[in-house]
Amino acid sequence: MELEYSIEGGDFSKAGLASSEVKKILKQVNIKPEIIKRIAVAMYEAEVNVVAHAYQGKMLVNIDPSKVYIRFEDEGPGIENIDQAMQEGFSTASEAVRQMGFGAGMGLPNMKKNVDEFFVGSVVGKGTTVELTTYIK
Amino acid sequence: MDIFEIAKQVEGSVICQGNNSEISVNRAFASDLMSDVLTLSTDSLLLITGLANMQTIRTAEMADIKNILFVRNKKPTTEMLAIARQEGINIITCSKSMFAACSILHGAGIKPVY
Ligand SMILES: Nc1ncnc2c1ncn2[C@@H]1O[C@H](COP(=O)(O)OP(=O)(O)O)[C@@H](O)[C@H]1O
Ligand SMILES: [Mg+2]
Repeated sequence: MELEYSIEGGDFSKAGLASSEVKKILKQVNIKPEIIKRIAVAMYEAEVNVVAHAYQGKMLVNIDPSKVYIRFEDEGPGIENIDQAMQEGFSTASEAVRQMGFGAGMGLPNMKKNVDEFFVGSVVGKGTTVELTTYIK
Repeated sequence: MDIFEIAKQVEGSVICQGNNSEISVNRAFASDLMSDVLTLSTDSLLLITGLANMQTIRTAEMADIKNILFVRNKKPTTEMLAIARQEGINIITCSKSMFAACSILHGAGIKPVY
């Protein structure tokens, strides 16, 4: 099964909408609730990052009997130093993002913790790609 | 402890009862930082927060948290309540500060997550 959602940068009223829809679909395909929760947490943090840090992006979801693969591609400023961005507590988030309960620099490390395979790649001035893979069998 | 007892303890009220939701909790976590809430793996959790916006509800939805206590008189919007109800999330509001609500509930037997 393949799904695609678009994500609007800066629009916090809609942040989490795509993750919410994907979580509902995951519940229908007979995956353990503990695993669904881990995928949900990771994809929601990734979606919030597109809203918080990029101009626009999309979320591509591929569900097959063995795994759930989710890719986020955005157009945005990109990440200059990925090792630094991966550290707990590192954040360039704005005050507006902090007021939404994010911007503590916990998103990327928490994504990595919650999935089996994690990838983040970025081109400064162009955008960022995040890949989350979870094996379900 | 169930949500009605929690509401009584903090002199608040249950303003939303989610569809077929669990109404009992043993542990609580207090934070206005949703990223921290998203690092927890505990079940049957009460989230105590002063952050009342859509991301609070979405965080609860993603992290399978079924009970939220809003402190400092923070009130969720009707849109937030609609999603909470649909996702089976119960909501209590009270006018106590975060510290006061936490100390009352801890005294009443609710344990911390860590
Ligand atoms: N999609 C993205 N586009 C641009 N920068 C990003 C993106 N995702 C993360 N970053 C950068 O990495 C930092 C750390 O991200 P994260 O761990 O999610 O923390 P937070 O979002 O709370 O700042 C961000 O502050 C930002 O500088
Ligand atoms: Mg983030």
